[in-house]
Order: sequence, then structure tokens, then C-alpha cells
Amino acid sequence: MANNITKRYLKLSGLEPLIVTPETNFINVGERTNVAGSRKFLRLVKEEKFDEALDIARHQVEGGAQIIDINMDDGLIDGKEAMVRFLNLIMAEPDIARVPIMIDSSKWDIIEAGLQVVQGKCVVNSISLKEGEEEFMAHAKKIKRYGAAVIVMAFDEVGQADNYERRLEISKRSYDVLVDKVGFPPEDIIFDLNIFPVATGMDEHRKNAIDFIEATRWVRENLPHCSVSGGVSNVSFSFRGNNPVREAMHSVFLYHAIKAGMNMGIVNPAMLEVYDDIPKDLLEHVEDVILDRRDDATERLLDFAESVVGTSKEKTVDLSWREEPLQDRITRALVKGIDQYIVEDVEEARQSADKPIEVIEGNLMIGMNVVGDLFGSGKMFLPQVVKSARVMKKAVAHLLPYIEEEKKKNPKSSNGSDSAGKVLMATVKGDVHDIGKNIVSVVLGCNNYEIVDLGVMVPPEKIIQTAIDEQVDIIGLSGLITPSLDEMVYLAKEMERKNFSVPLLIGGATTSKAHTAVKIDPQYKNAVVHVNDASRAVTVVGDLLNKRSNQKYVGDLKEDYQKFREGFLKRTKKKEYLTIEQARDNKYKIDWSSSEISKPNRLGVHVISEFDIKSLEPYIDWSPFFRSWDLHGKYPAILTDKVVGEQATSLFNDAKELLNRVFEEKLLGAKAVYGLFEANTVNDDDIEVLSEEGKQTFRTLRQQLKKYQGKPNFALSDFVAPKDSGKQDYIGCFCVTTGFGTKELAEAFEADLDDYNSIMIKALADRLAEAFAEYLHQKVRKEDWGYANEETLSNESLIKEEYKGIRPAPGYPACPDHLEKQTIWELLDVKERIGVELTESLAMWPAASVSGYYFGNKEARYFGLGKIKEDQVKDFAERKGIDFEYAKKWLNPNLSE
Amino acid sequence: MKDIYKILEERILVLDGAMGTMLQRHKFTEEDFRGERFKDWPTPVQGNNDLLSITQPEAIKEVHRLYFAAGADIVETNTFSGTTIAMADYEMEELVYELNYQSAKIAKEVANEFTKKEPHKPRFVAGSIGPTNRTASMSPDVNDPGYRAVTFNGLKIAYKQQVEALIDGGSDILLVETVFDTLNAKAALFAIEEVKDEKGIDIPIMVSGTITDASGRTLSGQTAEAFLISVAHIPMLTVGFNCALGANQLTPHLEVLAQKAAFGVSAHPNAGLPNAFGEYDETPEQMASQIKEYLDKSLVNIIGGCCGTTPEHIKAIADMAKEYKPRRVEVTI
Repeated sequence: MANNITKRYLKLSGLEPLIVTPETNFINVGERTNVAGSRKFLRLVKEEKFDEALDIARHQVEGGAQIIDINMDDGLIDGKEAMVRFLNLIMAEPDIARVPIMIDSSKWDIIEAGLQVVQGKCVVNSISLKEGEEEFMAHAKKIKRYGAAVIVMAFDEVGQADNYERRLEISKRSYDVLVDKVGFPPEDIIFDLNIFPVATGMDEHRKNAIDFIEATRWVRENLPHCSVSGGVSNVSFSFRGNNPVREAMHSVFLYHAIKAGMNMGIVNPAMLEVYDDIPKDLLEHVEDVILDRRDDATERLLDFAESVVGTSKEKTVDLSWREEPLQDRITRALVKGIDQYIVEDVEEARQSADKPIEVIEGNLMIGMNVVGDLFGSGKMFLPQVVKSARVMKKAVAHLLPYIEEEKKKNPKSSNGSDSAGKVLMATVKGDVHDIGKNIVSVVLGCNNYEIVDLGVMVPPEKIIQTAIDEQVDIIGLSGLITPSLDEMVYLAKEMERKNFSVPLLIGGATTSKAHTAVKIDPQYKNAVVHVNDASRAVTVVGDLLNKRSNQKYVGDLKEDYQKFREGFLKRTKKKEYLTIEQARDNKYKIDWSSSEISKPNRLGVHVISEFDIKSLEPYIDWSPFFRSWDLHGKYPAILTDKVVGEQATSLFNDAKELLNRVFEEKLLGAKAVYGLFEANTVNDDDIEVLSEEGKQTFRTLRQQLKKYQGKPNFALSDFVAPKDSGKQDYIGCFCVTTGFGTKELAEAFEADLDDYNSIMIKALADRLAEAFAEYLHQKVRKEDWGYANEETLSNESLIKEEYKGIRPAPGYPACPDHLEKQTIWELLDVKERIGVELTESLAMWPAASVSGYYFGNKEARYFGLGKIKEDQVKDFAERKGIDFEYAKKWLNPNLSE
Repeated sequence: MKDIYKILEERILVLDGAMGTMLQRHKFTEEDFRGERFKDWPTPVQGNNDLLSITQPEAIKEVHRLYFAAGADIVETNTFSGTTIAMADYEMEELVYELNYQSAKIAKEVANEFTKKEPHKPRFVAGSIGPTNRTASMSPDVNDPGYRAVTFNGLKIAYKQQVEALIDGGSDILLVETVFDTLNAKAALFAIEEVKDEKGIDIPIMVSGTITDASGRTLSGQTAEAFLISVAHIPMLTVGFNCALGANQLTPHLEVLAQKAAFGVSAHPNAGLPNAFGEYDETPEQMASQIKEYLDKSLVNIIGGCCGTTPEHIKAIADMAKEYKPRRVEVTI
């Protein structure tokens, strides 16, 4: 078995690795972020225009620099402060920070300060033997501990190496000290063998280039694993002002130095001609100088240079995207975090928009949504998103004055920015993670929201109190650890208890739409939104606070979460199921020795055949009525909704009118049959019912999904005392209808071509049937069964089912098997007594009918059966004495695959 | 005791699983966290798991015992948040030395129990050094991207205190883990090197980064290889990844390390990704079947579990790892 072998290559890193191997092309170090080399950069740093200074760094990386050299050595700036500041800013720019950093200073304290703020493996530029071996070693040891590579200048106590021999001498000595005494990895040593100008007119400078090249060759051959670097532009110093010549000189110098082993260098790529593109005559003159081939090489080049005309080929970054359509440009700027052109683009958008706010709601949001999608799919990462937020902020800042002006001009417009709104942000109690929360805060802040940030480990009382004191418009909760989820549920409950109405945002790594929908949303009657990433937060908050449309939005949201919740519960999370026997072992156990059982006042079957449906009016739950007309929102708020309010009100008036006609003219017939019986559970899942006609048995279905520890697997039979408990228990069942007459009325309307009222009467009949069921249930609780004779509940509370006992209906979540309707029909003789029939598919006719059971135990509750397994279907079929395939057909929607 | 470097050449070592998951089972209340000694502590301390080493030491020892019994060779001290920086949330900066010292001490006691019983399988204690709750190379304030909530020196000083206490308490290894910002880890490593110098000792170091999401990067934006390069200046027993991802999702990043690292490679993934309720529900068998891929591909030298893993997970992993040879550590020429 062969050993894995790893070669000693120079390995550097920014956000991404840079590995220098013999096969790697020359490593290009960007030089423009050097105050000594770039006057513009110096000026920007002096004036603290760091944004533009960053642009210089970015241009270098975009232009191909694989490392960027940063130098702040200038008498007029605090070099250490500037270095740290600039490096920290670079770290927040992933498109720059992806490359390794070269920390360039002649002062050790600046170098060390720089090393302390960069996570990747940097290059220190530079150390040397100038101040003696002791300091050289001390610095090298520190650099090693910080995990950086180092440039060693060919400089010693005597001075700078300016010829071939001195270069060899100093590099050999430096190498030996570093490798043998400090234990510095040789592959992390980069020699700068001093590139000096040629063609200066002085004889002692003639060999400057060729000595460097030859010394490079020696170092690479004799000092294993190390690299050689240098500042290339020095070589052409004497031709300042003549870029074509300088570019040619750089290319020629590099061509030969690279062949000799120089593998890294500080080069301005814009100041580099392609070697093969250099005109033959210029090439010859330049090579004469660089390689010191003729005594008169310098003079000849000087003469020739005067004839070289032409402009430098300033290489620019690809700006072709600036030609694209406006929206594409804005999106690109947001995605790439480029804020250079955003103001001009946003201005262009503003001029073509009706209102400045539309630029935010339209152009900018489109871009931010792209950011959100990319982030969500792992194609962008956090720092980039944060950058996008900053571009967004800049864009918004530009628009704000216009929005203000628009508001002044048009004070009544609800469309203008109401200075967005106030958002409370907190990481919940017990959790200390706040990075995500901070990002959301900032992104929202960028969008003109006022943020009240309570920090981390915030107790719920404080959140509640602050929300009240500050009159916030939205509360945002964040959490990363598992127990935070419970805290969020608790807070939602508290908000409900305190009658809050502001929306609740949920975010953080462990949160999910499923958890929010299943655990949090049901706790709070107002909006609860799971916001999975920061860039989505803006859109969500905008929708929640948009006074024109938020009611519809919230209504849709609640409905969406409810659907999601139902879907989720049905789907089940892990699809791990118990056998029916195991599920029975885990049934819901009521302590029957102490559980209170009331004997009904009026056992037996009762019929209501004459009923004044006018008395049902207060029992009507209107919200589903509006929903049936595709108007979403809660009654009565929907009547004043900004968007649908007018239409809802008009619909409501029409409904009332028709309803009054129904009441006055007794157009609909209401009937009910219900019964209360002695009953006991037998064999876990069956409820044996004793009526005057004999024995009937309800077959219930039991949840089979494997539950969290301690959570039972419910069946309705759990709410009735088992026979072997020795207690006599009771059950009820019922069927109500308000459907008689509906068909005729609808047909009459249709004949009049009045489809509107035809639909209306059906919708009203449905509501009345539900109201009748509600009414009857109350009557049964208070009178017939009589266990709740003290009960006084408002209509609203009734709709929320705040009473004791339940009335599950076959076909609904707790008992999705429609088959049991047949048992109810037999038990109550429904068809004979009130005329409601079961269709072939077990639907009730007339349609405006409701049937179900009554369970009176105070521990009885609604639940969803969820998916069940075939073993239960088989068992169910056997218990019921029906064919397995037949049972399977009816239970199929609930059968897990 | 036999040199852990030698043992690592012979077999795959097994690290323990989650501490937090095990402690959650106790459902400790605020009062339990406080114990008698901190009953009047001014801030809430529930959730400060590290404190349990002092107030509920038997519970901590029991977790260590369960993991050793499940086949772990190494357990981590209960000191993930044991720095002045992380303890500031509970105003318990003063207790940092004691927390780390006690945690190492009780872990070592349990390790010694097992080593005595099974001398052929010596047990080790890894002093756990977490990332703290601040990032040295990212700003918490996006309006001021140049701002830093913590400095390298601040981290170094805090880590130094933790490292000294962990060593004094008897840790055999130091484990710099859940590295989401490499600069934080570099400060910890810098601190360790200083302590080593000052105490004149050597101690094996494990470094374990965290790839946070689908981007395949650390929170601070580095790729797996960039992370490796950034910490490789310190001689490490192992370098690896833990947390955030399940075993499956971690595979490509481990492959990078296995291919490129001149050190041992470790992994202690989560029991899958958390489900919608924040629970880790991957069973021991499911997790072990994914880790089998690591073993088949010879990717690791040390293997264990992070969030959501239990002694049952570790047992499943340990039983399987026994059958495999460790990854061969690369030789640098």
C-alpha cells in the first residue's frame, strides 16, 4: 500500500485556497492597494473614502490578481489603524476576500495587527536580517504561530543585496536561520531578491535585471521548496511616462525571470504587454537592456522610446452588464453587491415610475428576491447577502427624499412610506445566537424600518412589555437551538393571552415552516410568519404592514399555514408507524375511577321537526361564507378591509337580505334528530351503544403514527369508559339539516338567471346547517345531556369550540371514515325521521346537513387521525364484518403507502 | 499510557457523542442548574450546560460513562462554552478556570475508571474548546462591516485561560471544535502554542471546523481546503469537521481533508439534519450506515458524533469502526 504523499507546496488561503505548484502559472500579486505605489489609493485612505478604496481592491481581483498586497506605510496616516480598518472591510467583501492577503509594511506592529484580523493564510511582506538575527527569528516565530507565509528581503545588517553574490549570500543565510533555527516551513518562504531599475544611465545599474534573474535561478535550485518574488515595475522606473516601453520592459523581464524560477510578483496587469505582441524592434531593444547584451543598450532604447507612440492599453473589468436592461442591472448590482452604479440605476427607475416607492416595491424587491433564492439554494453565502443589503440601503437612501416629498405632496396617500414601521427583534430566552437576527435587523433597517433590538436571551415578559411600550408593528423572534422553539410557542401564547394583534415573525436555524405552522401559528390568532432568510424578511414585513392589502395577506397566510399544517400532519414527519396493537397500548388513558360521568337527562332519540331558523342567526360563523366567495379574511374585520371590504360589505348586505327573506317566508326547512345512549368502549377501539332497538357498535380508528414520548395514539373510543371499568358511560349522535327548500329556491333563482342568489342560497344554507349543529350541541350540553347547564358562552367562543365535549363528524379528521355515518343513520333512523338521506358515496342529501357524534367527557378533544397502516384496515374490516378491499377503498385517503 | 499518535496508526479511535442531547433528558430546571452554590446568582443560568460540571457533576460523569461504555476511546469535557467571552452571558467569567478544571477532572476520573478496567483500550479526555459566541472576522453590525465584536487578542486571552485549566484538570488532548470562524480558531491555536511554551509541555491538538450550509463553506466563508490551509501551521493530531451537517452531507468535505491533510482526519457529524421540530431523528443504524462510507473510503482516523447523537449511536459507530483500518496519514516530503 502506497503512502499518501503530500508535496511541500506554498499553500495560501483567503476564502478559497491558492496552491503554488511547479505547474501553477506565475502568481500575480495586486499592487494598487499600496499607498506607496498608488497615489489614488493613498488619497482615498487619507480621506477615509474606504468604499472607493475597496473598489480598487475589487478591481484588482476582478482583473486577475491572485493575492492582493496591502500597504499603509505613510507618514501622514496611522498605518496600524488604517491596515486593520481596511482588512476588516475587505473581510466583509467575499469577492475580494476570496484571495489571500499580502500584509505589506516595514513596521512590525502593523504587520502583527494585520495578521490578527485575517482568517486565511496570508503572506507577510516582509522581514529581513536588516536588524540582526535575533529580531528576524523572533518575527519569524510569531509569523509561524499566526500561520502565514513570509517574504524575506535580500537585506542584512550590512545593507541591501545589489549584486548576484550578495543575493545568494543573504538568501542562503536567511533560509538556514529560518529552516534550521526557527523551524519555519521552507515552502512558506518567499525571497524578494530586489528588483532594481535598469537603463538609468549609470553603469552599476546595468546588471540589475540580469543579476536578479540569475540569482533567482540559483535560489530555486539550491534552497528547496521556497519561492521567489519581486516588485516588477521597479525595473522600468527610468521610463516613467512612457507606458508602451514600460509595458514591454515588464513583459520581457518577467519572461526571463519566470523561466529562471520567479513564481510570484507584484505586477500591475494593466501595465503588461503580451510578450508575443511586442513589436520585434522594441523587443530587441528592451531585451538588450534587461539582459545587458550591449554596452549601448540604454542609449539605443532611449532613442527608440521617443519614437514609440501609442497609448497604454488600460485593461478594464468587464462592464458589458451595464448595457443590459434596467431591471437586470439592478438585480445584478444587488446580487453582486456592487453599489457603484446603483444610485444612477435607481434614479433611472424612479424617473420612469409613477411613485418613488414603487422602485422599492418593484425593481429592488425583484432583485432582493433573487438574492433570497440564491441564498436559499446555497449559491450565495452570508457575507454576500449582507453586501446585497448594503446596496439596497444605498438605493433606498437615494429614494427616501423623493418618497418624503411625495408624501408631502399627497398627504392622504396611504401609498407613501409611513416611515415603514417599527420592528422588535429578539433572540428568545435561553438562546445566545444572534447573527441571523442581526442580519435581519440590518436588512430591515436598510429598508427604512425602525428596529428595536432587544439582543439575546430575552425573557418573554420583556418582549411583551417592550412591544407594548414601544408600540411596535411587528415582533421578530430568532433562535438557533432546539429549546428556543418552545420559547417561541410560549411567546405566541402569551401574545394571544395579552390580546396582541401585531404579526409575529419566526426565524433562525432550527425554525421551519412546519414547526411554525404546526406549533406556533395555532397559538396566535393573528399573523405568524416563518421567515427562512433575511432577504425574504423585507418582502414579508412589507406585505404585513401594507395597509392596502395586509388583511388579505394575513388571511391568506393563516389559511396557507392551516393547509400546510393539515398537509403536514397528514403526511407525518417520519412515516414511522406503530402496529395497531402497539398504538392501542399507547392509547389516551382517562382515569375512569375519578373521571366525572354525567348521566343524560333525556336518554333516547329526539326529533325536532318544527324549528324557527331565525333563532340560528347569532350562531352563524360568517368567515367561511366569505371564503366560499373567494374573499379572504375574518368576519367582521373583512367588512372594513381596505381591498375587499367594500365588496365584502355589499355581499354581506345581500346575504342578510336573502336571509331575512328566508326567515320571513320560511323558505328553508330545518330538522334535526339526535339521540343520547348508554355506551361503553369494548376491545379498545369499539364503542358499544345501547338503544331501545338493541345494540349498535361504532368502530373508531386509532392514530398509528409513532408519537413523541408521552404523546398518546388517540381514537375516539378513548373518550368513552371501557366496559371493564365498571362505569356506565354515554354517547350521543345527531343529524341536522337546513337544506329542505334549497334546491327549489336555487332552481327558481337560476330560472330567473340569477346565478348570484342561486349560489347565495346554497352558501347560506350551509352556514345555517353549521349554525344549527352549533345550536343543537349547546342545547344538548345544557339540557338533554345537561352536563353543562351552567355554560354561558358567546357565539365567538362557540365557534372557537371553547366548551366541554366534542362533536366530531364522520368524514372529518378525527374519524375520516364516512362508513360510520351508516351506523348513525341506523341508530337514529335518520332517513325515516327527518328525511336526510345518504347518497351512494355517503354524502348527505340535502347537502346543507351535518351529522356527528357527541362525546361529553371533559377530556375529549379533537385530533387528526393521520395516516394509518393496512393492519388497522384489516382489523377494522374484521370488526365491522366487511370485506377488506371494501374497507380499504373507503379508508384509502388515510392509508399510508 | 500508550502514545495516542501510535494508537491512531493502529486503529480508528472513537470520539463520544452529544453532551447537550443527553443532558436534555434530565430536564434540569433553573434550580437544578443553580444548585445550592448559585442559588442567589443574579442572572438566569438555565441553559448554561457547562455549569452542570459543578452543580450536577454526577450527571456529567454519567454521560461520560455511558459513552465510554458504548465504546468511545475519547470523551469531550463539558466545556464547550468555557471561556470568559461565552460565560459573559451568565456573568460567570470568574468561574471559567474552575469550570474547565472541574470538567476535565471529572472526565479524567471516569476515563481512568475505564482504563483500569480495560488496560488494552486506554481512554482519553479531550478538552473541548468551543467557538465562543462572537466572530473575529465578521461584523455583527452590517452598517459597519469593519466593526468587530471581539478581537484576536481578546479571544487569545480568553482561550489561554480555558486551555490552562483544561490541561491542569488532566485533559489528554485539546479539541478546538465547531470552528465557524477560522480566525477564532487561529486565536485558540495561538493561545495553545503559548501555553505549551510556558508550561514546557506538548499536548495533541484536534481541530474541527464546521461547514454551515449548502454553500459548502464555513460561516466565515471559507471552503474546506481554505480552512485546512489556514490552520495547518499548527502540528495537529487530527483536523476534521463536526456539527451542522449529518454524516451524508459531510462526506464531500471530509474527502477534501482526507486527500489533502498531512494530519489525521476526524469527523463528528450530527445525527442527520434537524427535522422541522429541531430534533435529530436519525437512528443509530441510519447514521452508522452513512459512516460506513467514510470507513469504506478510508476517510477518517477519529470518528464520533455531534448534536443528536447518543451512546446508542456511538455504539453502532464503534462496533463498525472496529472492523476497519484507519486512514493512513500522509507523509510530507
